Amino acid sequence: MKRTIILFITGLFFCGKIFCQFSSVESNNILLASELPVTHSAPGAGEHEHSGEQAQNHRAAGEEGSAHNGNEGHGEHTPFDPKSTAFHHISDLNVYSIGSWNLPLPCILYAPGHGWSVFSSGKFGIDNAHHGNGHVAIDGYVLNHGRVNRISGEFPGGTVEVESIFSSSDKQSGANGKDSVRIAGINYGLDKPSTADGGLFGGGITSFYDFSLTKNAVSMLLVILLLSWAFLSMARNYRRAPGTAPRGAQLLFEPIILFIQDEVAKPFLGRQWERFMPLLLALFFFILGLNLFGQIPFLGGSNVTGNLSVTMVLAVIAFIVVNTNGNRHYWEHVFWMPGVPAWVKTILTPVEVLGVFIKPLTLMLRLFANITAGHMAILIFISLIFIFGQSGANTGAGLGASVGSGLLTIFMMSIELLVAVIQAFVFTLLTACYIGAAIEDHHHAAEEHHA
Amino acid sequence: MGGSIAAIGMGLAAIGAGIGVGSIGNKALESIARQPEAIGDIRANMILTAALVEGAALIAILFSYLVA
Repeated sequence: MKRTIILFITGLFFCGKIFCQFSSVESNNILLASELPVTHSAPGAGEHEHSGEQAQNHRAAGEEGSAHNGNEGHGEHTPFDPKSTAFHHISDLNVYSIGSWNLPLPCILYAPGHGWSVFSSGKFGIDNAHHGNGHVAIDGYVLNHGRVNRISGEFPGGTVEVESIFSSSDKQSGANGKDSVRIAGINYGLDKPSTADGGLFGGGITSFYDFSLTKNAVSMLLVILLLSWAFLSMARNYRRAPGTAPRGAQLLFEPIILFIQDEVAKPFLGRQWERFMPLLLALFFFILGLNLFGQIPFLGGSNVTGNLSVTMVLAVIAFIVVNTNGNRHYWEHVFWMPGVPAWVKTILTPVEVLGVFIKPLTLMLRLFANITAGHMAILIFISLIFIFGQSGANTGAGLGASVGSGLLTIFMMSIELLVAVIQAFVFTLLTACYIGAAIEDHHHAAEEHHA
Repeated sequence: MGGSIAAIGMGLAAIGAGIGVGSIGNKALESIARQPEAIGDIRANMILTAALVEGAALIAILFSYLVA
């Protein structure tokens, strides 16, 4: 059974991967539908120095004269923006950032009519001072805030030096509503990152597909490796010494597996619980592993389960399992609820049919919203330091706020540990509940209806 | 303007979900106090119901993001 679980988890990964790459910034596309003002102001105070290019631009614009205490680029015209900073940190990136280091990741990009481009995102020349902006454009792709964007329209291939990258809210951008890049004195608009939803949630149809191994994909791979190693070694232990007392990692995992079996699978799934155990355990450990992995401080804080594409894939899997296993009674209750008058059925049937789709939709949104909200809250608490410190202008207030902010962050992280377990459990529980409703034998229900 | 209206809507949804989850927790604790041996069943059903109530609030929050 352990091997089946690993197979399932790996399957989840590949499905997640496929969807994830169609929309490399899914959560952003949902939440950034209203074009948040993305300034290039760095959080300052040492951790992220302001980009040199930006500072040059500001100087050129003659606005830098009033910048105080030598903290370049933090004049009054670029106040610290907690919203954009938080969104930058919860979105999927083409670099893996640990602290202020950016580890390059492979980029696998395809543009129709242009072909495939495969290279390392390190070639964009990100340095620690740039907050995820690349120095060069490669084959018409540039790195904008850690994400690969493609220059709109025709642009010659090869490596070209980039002067600066503007966000859509920047007056110098020049391209209406788009981020833009300045190369050799000319501004070019940037196409948005690709999305799976076809622009339904404001992502917009774009000119390229991003199949890269992004930060989220790498986090998923790491978690899968860890889980596979744990499960395979435990399975070996169980096979080698059956019936003996558990030891090592077994002590941690066995109660959890028994809990899922006794509290989730058996009560909700009835006689057929054993068939769905691998799925439930895979869902639980995959979600729990990713939730906890995202909570480890200074390790990138990847927001994988707070990514709408990943949770969408999980929900779609639940949807497929529920509806392919649904028996006659299940479909009867959806389309022609027994035991109610015909005129009620005309109302009930549309509601039930909608319910078939709303159930996985809420599964998707619940996990996404809970995990994203947790990451956001932590980032906003940390942002308090920079808000009080006025981006370096008021060091004393910043230092004072950092005490409170640190305590709040620790408090929030403790809550998030709880939420990580609860959300993984709730997802598993609800999946089991929906499957249980679809495969139930309905003896007693039938009696009620005929009574 | 759209943002502030969306924020009010989000707050209203949170109030609704808060009342819902609160009354679920209230009744669950009461039942646990009355029948401590049934704690396992009550807890599982409590989390399930709370998750369902929460779903409505989450959808409201998502839509308020979309409107904002």
